[in-house]
Amino acid sequence: MINKDIVIIGGGPAGLAAAIGAYEAGNKDIVILERDNQLGGILNQCIHPGFGLHTFKEELTGPEYASRYVKKINDLGIESKLETMVIDIAPNLIVSAINETEGVIQYQAKAVILAMGCRERPRGALNIPGTRPAGIYSAGTAQRYVNIEGFMPGKSVVILGSGDIGLIMARRLTLEGANVKTVVEIMPYSGGLKRNIVQCLDDFNIPLKLSHTVTKIHGKTRVTGVTIARVDDDKKPIPGTEEFIECDTLLLSVGLIPENELSRKVGVKINPRTQGPIVTESLETSIKGIFAAGNVLHVHDLVDYVSGEAYLAGKNSVKYIDGLLNENHMINIVTQDGVRYSVPSSINPKNAEDLSLIRFRSTDVYKDAYVSVFLDQERIIHSKKKIITPGEMEQVTILKKWLQDRPINSIFIKIEKE
Amino acid sequence: MPTKEMICISCPMGCMLSVDYDETGVLKVTGNQCKRGEIYASKEVINPRRVVTSIVPVIGGVEDMVSVKTATDIPKDLMKDCILALKNIKVQAPVEIGQVILENVCGTNVCVIATKRVEKKL
Repeated sequence: MINKDIVIIGGGPAGLAAAIGAYEAGNKDIVILERDNQLGGILNQCIHPGFGLHTFKEELTGPEYASRYVKKINDLGIESKLETMVIDIAPNLIVSAINETEGVIQYQAKAVILAMGCRERPRGALNIPGTRPAGIYSAGTAQRYVNIEGFMPGKSVVILGSGDIGLIMARRLTLEGANVKTVVEIMPYSGGLKRNIVQCLDDFNIPLKLSHTVTKIHGKTRVTGVTIARVDDDKKPIPGTEEFIECDTLLLSVGLIPENELSRKVGVKINPRTQGPIVTESLETSIKGIFAAGNVLHVHDLVDYVSGEAYLAGKNSVKYIDGLLNENHMINIVTQDGVRYSVPSSINPKNAEDLSLIRFRSTDVYKDAYVSVFLDQERIIHSKKKIITPGEMEQVTILKKWLQDRPINSIFIKIEKE
Repeated sequence: MPTKEMICISCPMGCMLSVDYDETGVLKVTGNQCKRGEIYASKEVINPRRVVTSIVPVIGGVEDMVSVKTATDIPKDLMKDCILALKNIKVQAPVEIGQVILENVCGTNVCVIATKRVEKKL
């Protein structure tokens, strides 16, 4: 058994920033456990630009963004173990991991930071009828093939789902010579960022078919085409609207799910809306000493936000170890009227930063609506937004002093028409 | 005076811009929330430009491929040509971030540079 103050599970953007946050808060007894053969996580395959505008004030590619953090980890001398898979976290914070050279390793931690990221929703979760031919990939798998391993998954492509990875891959495959025929989205709006619709689809005249889905996959050994159809308000295919599209590849970009097998096993409470742990303002889960940040907590649009959140989790893990996290006076955050979830789920004014960010997503598209925050009955934020969509994460800032003036039971976040 | 509606792609905010322009150039940009929107609109109306990213094979590296990008944006029409120009390029490990992979790609005076470090395979 190795004693280690802080064990970080995952060496992607969240794990790296958490380690730096903990180190800069004064605790250097840290290890990062990463199952891949390099640090940086999914950023390594995100070779497109668009990362780091908030953090570094310049537009970096994924590998460049990761390398800034990896360099800092190396400069600070923070320990990381690669090709090491965590298999268990015990409630008393014993973390068990395995790798090829050392076999089973066990750490007795004082704090654990969950930074495992997320996974793509697979075909099996979609129930698309049809055969089981080759040529069906999740968008992220295709991204790995094209950008890391250097080969193309197919020549003519239909993409189901308009999440950002699907949009990015539409452009990437087109530039590499594939014919991306269409992107099909079951919702009446795209799940991706507006800028990606413009620069990945519009730039290449790739049609985006909203309120459409794939109803059948054709082909015996290899995909030969898909049938798509328009859907009604209940997302049921409308008979008579079917259309056959010939293709050899179907990419699925149909959502990301936080990867919480380890969290569930140790008994961390999971929010059914986010599929990630329920956390406090300090990013602490329902189990004392276990923190979570990044896409394991809720799926983010921007890595910059992941880094900021994870840095805070690292810092707070040190506060926890030093006995400085106050455990009383929780104010619940209640989401209603068009707000699907919030992270965090509660704020303790004693632990809160001077400015606390509450991040949330809407349930639907709202135009010219207001994001409102109530401290019990009193409306304290009422800010107008041209557009609020589930595809783009929103945030509000709560000032610590608002919470200290008087006792508050609940903070309500809602979307109001006026 | 023509007006063009466009979505700014400079950052994830995705501001909806309204751009008034004539043959002399952009006259007025509204809807942007920062200076980048104005710069983007001016370029987008006259001469749209994009940063292009791809990969090239590495010889003798710990990884088979290294990611690359154009050091600045290049004319949008040249994106595919830029990718084609990279097809015959291979680089020898080690590769450093920022290392020039191809100079003056497609006559743009813009270099293609590596965006990842790839160490030599021992």
